[in-house]
Amino acid sequence: MTLSTLLTIAVPEIIILIAAMSVLLLGVFYKNTTSLFGITQLTLLIAAYFTAQLPIDVKLTAFNEMFIADSLSMFLKLLSYFALSLVLIYSRSFLQSRNLHNGEFYALTLFALLGINLIISSYHLLSIYMGLELLSLSLYTLVAFDRNRPEATEAAMKYFVLGAVASGFLLYGFSMLYGITGSLQIAEISSRLSDTSINPVVLSFALVFVVVGIAFKFGAAPFQLWVPDVYQGSATPITMFIGSVPKFASVAMLIRLLFQGLDHMVLDWQAMLLIMAIVSMLFGNITAIAQTKIKRLLAYSAISHVGFMFLGLATGTITGIASALMYIAVYVLMTLASFGLIIHLSNQGKELDQITDLSGLGKQKPWCAFLLLLIFLSLAGIPPTIGFYAKFSIIQATIQFGWIWPAVIAVMSALIGIFYYLRIIKVAYFDEPGKNLNQVSKSSNNELSVTLSINTISLLIIGLFPSSLMDIATLTSALIF
Amino acid sequence: MVTLSHYLFLGGILFSISILGIFLNRKNIILILMAIELMLLAVNINFIAFSHYLGDLSGQIFVFFILTVAAAESAIGLAIIILIFRNYKSINVADVNRLKE
Amino acid sequence: MTLMKLYTLIPMMPLIASIVIGLFGRQLPKVFSHLIPIVLVLGSFLLSLYALYISYHGYVFNENLFRWMTVGQYDLNIGFMVDNLTALMMSVVTFVSLMVHIYTIEYMENDPGYSRFFSFISLFTFAMLMLVMSNNFLQLFFGWEAVGLVSYLLIGFWYKKPTAIHANMKAFLVNRVGDFGFLLGIALIMFYFGTLDYKEVFSRVDTLAGQEFMLMGSSVSLVTLISILLFIGAMGKSAQVPLHVWLPDSMEGPTPISALIHAATMVTAGIFLVTRVSPIVELSNTALSLILIVGSITALFMGILGIFQNDIKRVVAYSTLSQLGYMTIALGVSSYSLAMFHLFTHAFFKALLFLGAGSVIIGMHHDQNIMNMGNLKKYMPITWITFLLATLALVGMPFFSGFYSKESIIEAVKYSEIVGSSFAYFAAVFGVFITSLYSFRLYFIVFHGEERWRNKPISHNHHDHGLTTNQSPHETTWVVIMPLILLAIPSVLIGFFTIEPIIKSSFLLKDIFILNSHLALSQVTEHFHGPINMALHALATLPFWLMVLGFIVAYLLYYKNINFIKTPKILKKVMDHKYGFDNFNEYILAPLTIRLGNVLWKYMDIKIIDNFFVNGSAKTINLFSHITKKIQTGFISQYAFVMVIGLLLFISYFILGGKS
Repeated sequence: MTLSTLLTIAVPEIIILIAAMSVLLLGVFYKNTTSLFGITQLTLLIAAYFTAQLPIDVKLTAFNEMFIADSLSMFLKLLSYFALSLVLIYSRSFLQSRNLHNGEFYALTLFALLGINLIISSYHLLSIYMGLELLSLSLYTLVAFDRNRPEATEAAMKYFVLGAVASGFLLYGFSMLYGITGSLQIAEISSRLSDTSINPVVLSFALVFVVVGIAFKFGAAPFQLWVPDVYQGSATPITMFIGSVPKFASVAMLIRLLFQGLDHMVLDWQAMLLIMAIVSMLFGNITAIAQTKIKRLLAYSAISHVGFMFLGLATGTITGIASALMYIAVYVLMTLASFGLIIHLSNQGKELDQITDLSGLGKQKPWCAFLLLLIFLSLAGIPPTIGFYAKFSIIQATIQFGWIWPAVIAVMSALIGIFYYLRIIKVAYFDEPGKNLNQVSKSSNNELSVTLSINTISLLIIGLFPSSLMDIATLTSALIF
Repeated sequence: MVTLSHYLFLGGILFSISILGIFLNRKNIILILMAIELMLLAVNINFIAFSHYLGDLSGQIFVFFILTVAAAESAIGLAIIILIFRNYKSINVADVNRLKE
Repeated sequence: MTLMKLYTLIPMMPLIASIVIGLFGRQLPKVFSHLIPIVLVLGSFLLSLYALYISYHGYVFNENLFRWMTVGQYDLNIGFMVDNLTALMMSVVTFVSLMVHIYTIEYMENDPGYSRFFSFISLFTFAMLMLVMSNNFLQLFFGWEAVGLVSYLLIGFWYKKPTAIHANMKAFLVNRVGDFGFLLGIALIMFYFGTLDYKEVFSRVDTLAGQEFMLMGSSVSLVTLISILLFIGAMGKSAQVPLHVWLPDSMEGPTPISALIHAATMVTAGIFLVTRVSPIVELSNTALSLILIVGSITALFMGILGIFQNDIKRVVAYSTLSQLGYMTIALGVSSYSLAMFHLFTHAFFKALLFLGAGSVIIGMHHDQNIMNMGNLKKYMPITWITFLLATLALVGMPFFSGFYSKESIIEAVKYSEIVGSSFAYFAAVFGVFITSLYSFRLYFIVFHGEERWRNKPISHNHHDHGLTTNQSPHETTWVVIMPLILLAIPSVLIGFFTIEPIIKSSFLLKDIFILNSHLALSQVTEHFHGPINMALHALATLPFWLMVLGFIVAYLLYYKNINFIKTPKILKKVMDHKYGFDNFNEYILAPLTIRLGNVLWKYMDIKIIDNFFVNGSAKTINLFSHITKKIQTGFISQYAFVMVIGLLLFISYFILGGKS
């Protein structure tokens, strides 16, 4: 394989790397942050262009099969660029008003994106680990970004410690996998697991450690404890970022490691994923009811959504993957919209914090209230929004696989979830106005509100026409193997 | 004769000690950082032992990467601890407890 | 632009208008509230005419727009089918809607809900178009429910008026009964055909013949069951006895709505439905007889009620019920194209009657009691003329549009041999007299005679409705007059010009299926010798003279005020209670239901469902959530501990669970 082919495959990553380092340097000498914003957006655009140039139906590998470009990587990378682009648009005014808008922010998000891209394209345990650490270290730093707020540093510390422990678990699992199979390359691991007789106890050990490491990155119960604290402690744009783009890397890591590497142990990890899916759905939705802070509520909601994704993935079928890919795309879209709305409603000094701060929104800002209505209906999974179709496709895949009880539990937990989502809508529309919204949105600019409106309306539009997105997800998952 | 399982046992013990160090420790955050380092070392021992007995070098290369990442990780960890100290005037684990429920 | 895009645009334009006005109506200047919907509905109307032009030249469009979702092996599609039947409906709906949009500008001028109202009627236009343009039962049901919803919202438009709230509740409940039947019918179709697509269902419909369905121990012909269930849905929407009770009450809504929804379009959805499913209904003579008898009862008895009403809108409402009955009669004798024909002509003159009534109401300062009116022809000449033309069309004056459609229906009934047709013939013919009587009664009382408002007792309990004794009504402005004139033209002429294509050519017949053994329509076609001949021939038939008789009676009673007939007290009482349908519902059905409901509520709901399932589970979940949130202690070491516990649980699951 010539160098030029190698470069073609990895060119999006190379571009992102160069851009990240340039932005870091430029940020030091050059105080015009608007142009940094522009450079970052342009980088995303160029990276997307080069990613889209790769063929979707061929698996291309590079660097001694450490790096792979296939349908999955294209699907997830393009979504990542898109999501990050939205995150940056939403964040700008918020960061500016709090004096956090500087070059490091863009450099860190680009490094995080590089880590995400690396994970998505990894076909080797080492490159997965490197990508994961690149992502995690950037995220720890981003959480601590608002460094004069105690909550932010506390969240960073918790995230850092627990994240490092989770990486340790994952690495321990990797080391055992290496010991059993004698290889770090995923395809080789898969083929060696099939022909040699292996001590199943050690293999189970390795599997458990690997799955736990992945589950932590997702924030699935019982490894979800970092999620609420980090969501609440970080500045809202950072929360939005953590809650959205890295999820694509997590799902890629899961598919690469479990579906492609440990495919012979499908029965074992299936059981683990199923248990975590059920626990996450129930725990997330039940605990969310008792929340009074909106970001914490969204954190628990995120846990329950992860449960849904795990349910789809646990089936181990192509339809399961397709529904999970669909779900994650929809979930990220909804997360961006919900945090975008919080940013939009957070005024100069004070962030939107308590749920009761939303009261009277319907009277004071009817359009925002309408967007809120759409977002939360979609999160709750009520037709005709896309949230319904996403949940529906997961449940359909589960039933097709023959799991009736998990599907019933999923529906029940979704019903529990509707309760707290509707409560927010109720507060916004029917409660008497509080004082917090009066001085809202002098800071928020047009670009934010327009993006937010389009983002939210798209939840409805895609909900009316879900089949094209579902077709893409189905095609992607069919081409993975 | 030192066999592979001895090394793995050592790795396992170090790993367990590090985990215990994280959740039994109720005082100093620095200790948690050290425990994390220990955890990575346990993994390194595993990798090197396997690499040696399998006669395959990639495990040892992995260890180099882990060491590098561990260094970066400690740097960030210490930076976060400095921020914690600045905001809370303490690096006691029990004091850093604003985010809950 | 492809045809698909064009057809998509037709329902989309009113939808866009509705959304824009609904969301931004209050922020935008008031003029946009009517300008945007009117322009977009006008566009929709013009495109509908184009669709009619295309389908008239024999092109039947039937394509799926997109696959909405897939459930198991069933594809649920959104798509359009535009044949002559659909195109005709589309043109009528958009035309009347356009007229009503224009008319509303003045009628609702000072209402605080101005933009809300426009948003609703545009939304209604969208829903109605989705209903008629659908190519499958699912989308039909969507449109069906959507028009029902908008109708519900509009009847209760003045939501501070208790009668309006009561009326929209009633409409909602009665329609649910109909929808229940409709939904069951659709479910049976889904079950037996595995698809909801019209084309596929109709192409395989003969497989239904002879199939039986076990219902409560006895077997019923499947096709009869499906037909009757679908017809029950039609009965709800098209207000056939006994599901008619909501329509007169729906007059609590603003008058433009009564014209658009409760006269010209939505209530005819049931007629459209039965025509659309003619391939199914045709196979069951039982269902056809039922349809015929229900239609006859509605046509005759609801007309009689119209004679005794004093609210101008209610008179017209009962007239609508009676005319819907005529359409149903036509369905019953397998003359679907005649039902559509009457629907078509009726839409114009009934909308005109309602808008004329609305104009009168504006002139009378929102007093609707005809006993306070009189001699309005002096003050409102254009309203008077157009109202008179609409009345002539309604009673079936030869050469007027209503004459052609109604006369053809009576002819068809005469030739029909289906069970119940002799009763239907009697009802239809006698109905002509009744129609003439109540129409001219209304006309004479409102536009002739003395100016009654001048000597009405001064009422104190009323709000500010009605004229005071020394005021005079005045003609309304051009935005009201224009729709009246534009509607008057088709009310008079359209029957004359369209009867030929409808009866002689296959314009509608090719979209309808009629069994060869059902001869009524072909007999009518055979005896048809051009519109002029038909009108001249009618002068020698019974219906015409009954119509004249009705006119004479009304003239004597209400113009000359000669009370030569004394209404027997008992009859008056029966009429005042509207045959007791409402009383039956209110005093027997409702209390029984409430009692049954109470029993279920006390024992099932409160004890079992509320205390145990709902409140119980809500409480339990709430309790749980307060427990589970305690897991989040905020201490990092405990977080790590939980993680390790999770890890250990998984490991022990594999080791102890015998997995290895």
